[in-house]
Amino acid sequence: MHPAFSVVFLTTLIGVGQGLFLALYTGQLYSVVKVLPVQDSANFYGLGSLIAVAFLAAGLFSSFFHLGHPERAWRSAARWRTSWLSREVIALPAFMGMTMIYGLIHYLGWNPVLFTLRDTFEIDLSLLVGGLNTVLAFTLFLCTGMIYACIKFLQEWATPLTVVNYTLLGSASGFMLATAFASHQGSELTGFYGGWTILLTLAALVTRVSSLVRNSRIKHKSTLQTAIGIRHDRIEQKAQGFMAGSFNTREYFHGVSPAVFSTIKWTFLIAVFPVPLFLLSLGLTANVLPLFIMAFIVQYAGLLAERWFFFAQSRHPQNLYYQTVG
Amino acid sequence: MSQLALVIDLNVCVGCHACVTSCKEWNTSGTAGYLADMNPFSKDPTGTFFNRVQTFEVGEFPNAETVHFPKSCLHCEDPPCVPVCPTGASYKREQDGIVLVDYDKCIGCKYCSWACPYGVRELDEHQKVMKKCTLCVDRIYDESLPENERKPACVMACPTSARLFGDVNDPDSEAAIAIRERGGYQLMPEWGTRPANHYLPRRKTRITIHEDELVRVDNPLRKERQLPMPNSDEPTLDDVTSW
Ligand code: SF4
Ligand code: SF4
Repeated sequence: MHPAFSVVFLTTLIGVGQGLFLALYTGQLYSVVKVLPVQDSANFYGLGSLIAVAFLAAGLFSSFFHLGHPERAWRSAARWRTSWLSREVIALPAFMGMTMIYGLIHYLGWNPVLFTLRDTFEIDLSLLVGGLNTVLAFTLFLCTGMIYACIKFLQEWATPLTVVNYTLLGSASGFMLATAFASHQGSELTGFYGGWTILLTLAALVTRVSSLVRNSRIKHKSTLQTAIGIRHDRIEQKAQGFMAGSFNTREYFHGVSPAVFSTIKWTFLIAVFPVPLFLLSLGLTANVLPLFIMAFIVQYAGLLAERWFFFAQSRHPQNLYYQTVG
Repeated sequence: MSQLALVIDLNVCVGCHACVTSCKEWNTSGTAGYLADMNPFSKDPTGTFFNRVQTFEVGEFPNAETVHFPKSCLHCEDPPCVPVCPTGASYKREQDGIVLVDYDKCIGCKYCSWACPYGVRELDEHQKVMKKCTLCVDRIYDESLPENERKPACVMACPTSARLFGDVNDPDSEAAIAIRERGGYQLMPEWGTRPANHYLPRRKTRITIHEDELVRVDNPLRKERQLPMPNSDEPTLDDVTSW
């Protein structure tokens, strides 16, 4: 497939937003059960949510560049019963809205204690809203992943690993940002987030490499034989029916050389996993903010390459029909 | 339920592209707006077509065959392109099984084209919406046309009658009979899309003639020669055999 930059940015940016929210909420949960100290509502959760919303909004904005008719985008909520894309279109603004509400509750201090659990754990409004929003965050990961995983003949994508990778990579980058944010706010949560980031990044490394291994062994079900229905070992296209390009030759071929293709793969493998992990660990030893920021930027850039590769690697069966100009 | 479709006979298609040009001509002139043609007279011309004819070589010289292969939307009975459309712009008609795109609803997200394994949907560069074969839905029901012209433009244009049009679910239609009797098959059956369009395979036409078919076995003389002319007063052979 030809990777569209609008979608590369969309999926990576909202991943950061979702991960950051999950990090904020995890921190809050731990503080409710008194494992971690409570953070300042306005400065920590309020501002943190605002950053998450900014990433989500940037992702949403970039998605419009993918559409031929952005002004009709509202129509795309119509078919949520059958289309994962439609479901994503609903889940993204819902998640964005809820994150905003979560942030506002913290920022404005509208946070009444709803009830007390076993006389020790105070359950307040933000905890409830955040809990619901956590469900939304995972729903959004599921929708985004399933958009790709549900097309069964795009065999590189048609695996649960696609959803798992979107979730883990998004969460890892969000927790990375949360580490930098906590360090910037002088919060005690820096180490906590740093630890989670390491765990998530390592988990993502395992699943992403598994999908690479899986894809390198894929046997494509469609062949030239099934494409034109002729049983012969040697079939060769002599003409695709037109000389210059068409939508079919532009949309489905990434168009880079095998050397560049594999360079991009190694770039993302290095930039998403070892380098940020190294910078992060180094930063954690002495709580160095610039190192955290650098780790986040390197990992995000790596994720752009990762997403590019994710799209480019998928081989659409329609390509069988467009092999030779003639 | 009826399912209109094309049946394409690869045995007679000569790859002349008449269906391609007549399709473009008809569909670029309709009320739905023209089919994009970018840089038509300069470098890298590109445009929207509903139908393409491709050419494949099967086998190796001298045992090779050239197969011309027209391809357009197959109007799948279980079309993967329809449920993925987030707006409902892509739909399959109940009454005749034609898969269509509502150009006024389409947002041009291209998702449906990703979900079609056959590469027959094309995003129109001019209107920025997804386009594909409509089976000339604006022709086949047009009562102002003489009845024998209520067919897709490609079918009308084909000089070798390689394209049959009809309801493949009606066992008595020309299309269904051709599929049944001439080994009609579907493309990429592995994805369960159940394309309505079918292809008829290449066939070799051979007749076998034996020696004894050329020489009359029941000829008592064992060879062909002129029979003796009967005398004029004798009954002729015709008179003898007439009773
Ligand atoms: S051929 Fe492609 S566009 Fe046409 S109905 Fe089948 S899946 Fe949809
Ligand atoms: S490009 Fe148009 S028809 Fe295709 S899925 Fe998107 S909205 Fe539906």
